[in-house]
Amino acid sequence: MAGRGSRSRLTLEAVFREERGLLLAALVRRFGDLDLAEEVTSEAIEAALVHWPAEGVPPKPGAWLMTTARRKAVDRLRRDQAYAARLAVLQVEAERAAPVPPTDGGLPDERLQLFFTCAHPALPAEDRAALTLRCLAGLTTAEVARAFLVPSATMGKRIVRAKNRIRTLRIPFRVPDADELPGRLPGVLQVVYSIFTEGYAASSGPDLQRLDLAEEAIRLARILRRLLPGEREVAGLLALMLLIHARHNARTGPHGDLVLLDDQDRTRWDHAMISEGAELVVAALTGGPPGWYGVQAAIAALHDEAPDVASTDWPQIVALYDVLRGLAPSPVVELNRAVAVAMRDGPAAGLALLDGLAHEPRLSGYSPFPAARGDLLSRLGRHAEAAVAYREALELAGTEPERVHLRGRLEAVGREER
Amino acid sequence: MKYLMLINAALDADGAPTGCSTPEDWMLFDKSLKEAGVYAGGDSVADFTTAATVRVDERGERLVTDGPFAESREVLGGYFVLDVPDLDVALDWAARCPGSRDGGSIVVRPLAGYGG
Repeated sequence: MAGRGSRSRLTLEAVFREERGLLLAALVRRFGDLDLAEEVTSEAIEAALVHWPAEGVPPKPGAWLMTTARRKAVDRLRRDQAYAARLAVLQVEAERAAPVPPTDGGLPDERLQLFFTCAHPALPAEDRAALTLRCLAGLTTAEVARAFLVPSATMGKRIVRAKNRIRTLRIPFRVPDADELPGRLPGVLQVVYSIFTEGYAASSGPDLQRLDLAEEAIRLARILRRLLPGEREVAGLLALMLLIHARHNARTGPHGDLVLLDDQDRTRWDHAMISEGAELVVAALTGGPPGWYGVQAAIAALHDEAPDVASTDWPQIVALYDVLRGLAPSPVVELNRAVAVAMRDGPAAGLALLDGLAHEPRLSGYSPFPAARGDLLSRLGRHAEAAVAYREALELAGTEPERVHLRGRLEAVGREER
Repeated sequence: MKYLMLINAALDADGAPTGCSTPEDWMLFDKSLKEAGVYAGGDSVADFTTAATVRVDERGERLVTDGPFAESREVLGGYFVLDVPDLDVALDWAARCPGSRDGGSIVVRPLAGYGG
């Protein structure tokens, strides 16, 4: 009996995790105060945990939570008249700016406003991801702290500081107008993508936890996709993350070591996730000029859809890197393009392009650059030069799995040389 | 909500503001602030490179020094006080200010409003 009780509590908690962001956003919209909204959201969920197991889940759980939270907010405001007066002014201004849409028992979805508040450019970049995870993903402060590998107290202080900034600067709770959206949306997408890469990088900490973070980013992108169905870069970002995440089972070997794309067991990729991502790429690339995330996703899709490295559509990948180069030129894009050219036209062609990048200050100290040179040199049979390049890459490599991989390559070219 | 806009000008080697904003640009900006009903004060400093700083130490001795920014490339050129609903509106006005161009920048800070 006790076992079943705690299981149903877990189910309820999963429901609350979904509802929490929605409820919080609706309450921030109503009261214009993130702190107050968070407190009464938590109180309403606690009340539900007491009442629902005994009395059953109400027919409209969202509306029940909202009513309870609103009642608690009003109680709180009655207790603190000065606070109430200040809030009343905020609320009137907010209502005037955009009246609350009518609801039919469900909650109005105001999470989009919250996304833009959490990712506001006036907040420090490090706070944006933390705040987004806390407010929209429904993670506790302790969970957010674990996600960024900082002590819980430090994260608590950071979140309080960020919320104070929102209040003091009076950062508005709103979706930017159509003419500002192109300027502001990339900031929101950047936050979600940085949460994902934090999970993907797997530099330290237990693996499972990092995967959780990648999945959290995908969940946030799905919400954004629902709220902004017409924004192609949202589709592009979600596609990119799905297409990369689909490979996560094959990315590490039995001892947690890094397995590169070439050597991955492609049967272990998540093919349902790949086809979902591929469909989104189509949405991201039709109906207008392509965006950064959309093009990156298209490249990821070509890798994911190929049965093996040899039959990958390298000419198409080179063409997409050309598009990416036009959108956001960078030495890293040039490096990746050179590798794709090597696959299309042979290692000599790729090496010529890489040697043209040798003067790039932003690639000096970037370990993938000498690693790629080493790879092409060894394929050309220039093993002694390849060894020099691999040694350079080894010195620059940041993580142990990377070093293990490079040591392996170094040994292999050493054997060839003898 | 009142916001203080601190206008930082970039100076060239001779101490003259860089860029090409003209007195007309500033008059136009001033006029649009007033027409929008958000103007709550503002002025320009008389000389961009001259400033004096006063400190009083624990013995009550007054210490006056030059600066603080005689050597720096960005100097405070003036300020506006705006009365607008929220940060985004303040940032929009800052972006329209001629001082935000040609290497200059505007620092926007919310005021507590104790002055009423």
